[in-house]
Amino acid sequence: MIELVSESKCVECNLCVSVCPTNVFDRGEHGIPVIARQSDCQTCFMCELYCPADALYVAADAEGPTAVSEALLDEQGLLGGYREKVGWGKGRKPVAEHPYMYELAKRTAIG
Amino acid sequence: MAKVWEDSELRLSADVLVIGGGPSGTWAALTAATNGSKVILVDKGYCGTSGATAPSGTGVWYIKPDEQLREEARQSRYLLGGKLAEVPWMNRVLDRTYENMNKLGAWGYPFPKDDNGDPYKRGLQGPEYMKLMRKLVQKAGVQILDHSPVLELLADEHGVGGATGVRTQSGQTWTVRAGAVVIATGGCAFLSKALGTNVLTGDGYLLAAEAGADFSGMEFSNAYAICPTFSSVTKTAYYRYASFYYEDGTIVEGAGSQRGRSIIARNLLQGRQVYASLDQAPEDIRPLLRVNQTNFFLPFDRLGIDPFKDKFPVTLRLEGTVRGTGGIRIIDEQCSTIVPGLYAAGDAATRELICGGFTGGGSHNAAWAMSSGSFAGEGASKFARDLGDRASNRQLKSVSTTTFAKAGGSEDKGKTAEAIRAVQEEVTPYDRNLFRTQEGLASSITRLDGLWTDLRERTTTLDLQGVRHREATAMTATARWMYNTAQVRTETRGMHKREDYPTLDDSQRYRLISGGLDQVWTQKAEVSKEAVTP
Ligand SMILES: Cc1cc2nc3c(=O)[nH]c(=O)nc-3n(C[C@H](O)[C@H](O)[C@H](O)COP(=O)(O)OP(=O)(O)OC[C@H]3O[C@@H](n4cnc5c(N)ncnc54)[C@H](O)[C@@H]3O)c2cc1C
Ligand code: SF4
Ligand code: SF4
Repeated sequence: MIELVSESKCVECNLCVSVCPTNVFDRGEHGIPVIARQSDCQTCFMCELYCPADALYVAADAEGPTAVSEALLDEQGLLGGYREKVGWGKGRKPVAEHPYMYELAKRTAIG
Repeated sequence: MAKVWEDSELRLSADVLVIGGGPSGTWAALTAATNGSKVILVDKGYCGTSGATAPSGTGVWYIKPDEQLREEARQSRYLLGGKLAEVPWMNRVLDRTYENMNKLGAWGYPFPKDDNGDPYKRGLQGPEYMKLMRKLVQKAGVQILDHSPVLELLADEHGVGGATGVRTQSGQTWTVRAGAVVIATGGCAFLSKALGTNVLTGDGYLLAAEAGADFSGMEFSNAYAICPTFSSVTKTAYYRYASFYYEDGTIVEGAGSQRGRSIIARNLLQGRQVYASLDQAPEDIRPLLRVNQTNFFLPFDRLGIDPFKDKFPVTLRLEGTVRGTGGIRIIDEQCSTIVPGLYAAGDAATRELICGGFTGGGSHNAAWAMSSGSFAGEGASKFARDLGDRASNRQLKSVSTTTFAKAGGSEDKGKTAEAIRAVQEEVTPYDRNLFRTQEGLASSITRLDGLWTDLRERTTTLDLQGVRHREATAMTATARWMYNTAQVRTETRGMHKREDYPTLDDSQRYRLISGGLDQVWTQKAEVSKEAVTP
């Protein structure tokens, strides 16, 4: 479930409010969005992917909240980790065209 | 949040209204707009991130037009699906998918390269694909309303002519009048949190049935996916590399991703936790696996688990009709329903035509979504054009079974949550839905009928609470069509498993059509006997 909106990183673009399919966020009074309906989160990681500032963290557990510490996530390089792997965001190469996509299909017949 | 609705209502009109912005809805919108129609697309969530494809990678049934390859492709699911697929439909979908995938390449989808340096087109990464589809739809001049779930369809003697709904972020209500409507709302996974599926609550089925449409193949609706207990990521393909273990480290005999799912389910039913480890994956392909399905590994990485070495607990998460094959019945090549002006595409429509009673994961669904979407877009566009002048002075009325009050009104939040739990209790347990019996189905149907009556009698409001009420109603209706057809099919075929009739009965090679709201009915229909040559 969505666990964190980092106040220090968020650039108040409200993209997460727009893209969350299940409408979990509310626009914040002072700009930074708030997690208003956490129990509606379907753990799809899409908000994290779209956040341009790596300010969001979705924990793996889909059934209930997980306690997280921003400092620890930062230290472990988990903030923004998914975007980086998918090659999402300006100046990155999308993983969609990675040569391994074809390589695996060739070797295993699943793609 | 709800204001006095007359004051805040958004009123729009179009030639074609598309409901749902996943792959099938975006292809429908794009095609209709390209054919000259004015198109509005509404989505419950956000077109581009919402639905089953957006967060996933999907394999696509993309087969070059080579007769031998095509023959193999047709055979691949034919027997698994219980010989209910039809050759002409498979051919049309293979052709259209081939065409559409090539278009995607030309429009800038970043396909990887094969050994000859040509684009390799057997798969699509959901986020990238759906971001591109949103862009293309907008470029084609389609107006998108995000966070705008449909609540009711509007119709008159010419057929379906629009819909109403609410914008969940502003509380505003909306009405779109249109010459024709495409339902592309996806399947129903009963709020199980399987990856990307919580927006998929069977709303389109309910809307279609209220307008008079019927269904085909609703017994093929019991898809469950292997999933770590701590995660939403329901991707079963990689479990072909898994060994399954009990807590004490001994092997669960016969468990597997393709045919061994039942064994996992039976253990879980007995309260025995099953663990998995992808320890069968050859060392050299592990990095390739990581790149191909990035989000498969995300939960493990976040929890510090090495899925190739460690054992982790697994469960089977319900995907219902999302990876089933039943849906709204299609009566012609434009994906028309039996109701004039109403079209269906993607998971909302029956996929029996191309994969019979079995899909599971992998390629057919994505191919069906993009091809049926474009067929429906063409059909709806033509229907709207043929209506001509008549379109402007139609007397449209709601065809909903729900009575809506304009504002304020009842405090039904608790009751809706209770209803949702009640439906889930009928469709989630493996010993009800995966392993079906006459007794179990009959007792579920009795309770679901009661729930339906209860939901139907309640007045609700034109706001977020009303959306939830409609979701509960749609899930209840879906479960009733599922179980009534499952009761009639006294055999095991495709994904439909009857404990009391464990084998396939050749004399039951027909479709089951269903429909009805207060009274659910089912009937048998012929399936084309043109078999795929073995
Ligand atoms: C984890 C996972 C992996 C998969 N992998 C594969 C694969 O490898 N290959 C394959 O072929 N298939 C795969 N599938 C299936 C595939 O994702 C679906 O068949 C496909 O997404 C169907 O597209 P669709 O457009 O019909 O529906 P969806 O993509 O589900 O979109 C439906 C849209 O309708 C909207 N909607 C719903 N109700 C309303 C309403 N009341 N008002 C307005 N809008 C509404 C939703 O918000 C959503 O945007 C997978 C599915 C899952 C869950
Ligand atoms: S998307 Fe990221 S940066 Fe933008 S508002 Fe949300 S958290 Fe802040
Ligand atoms: S993970 Fe998905 S459902 Fe949850 S907040 Fe992010 S976008 Fe919304």
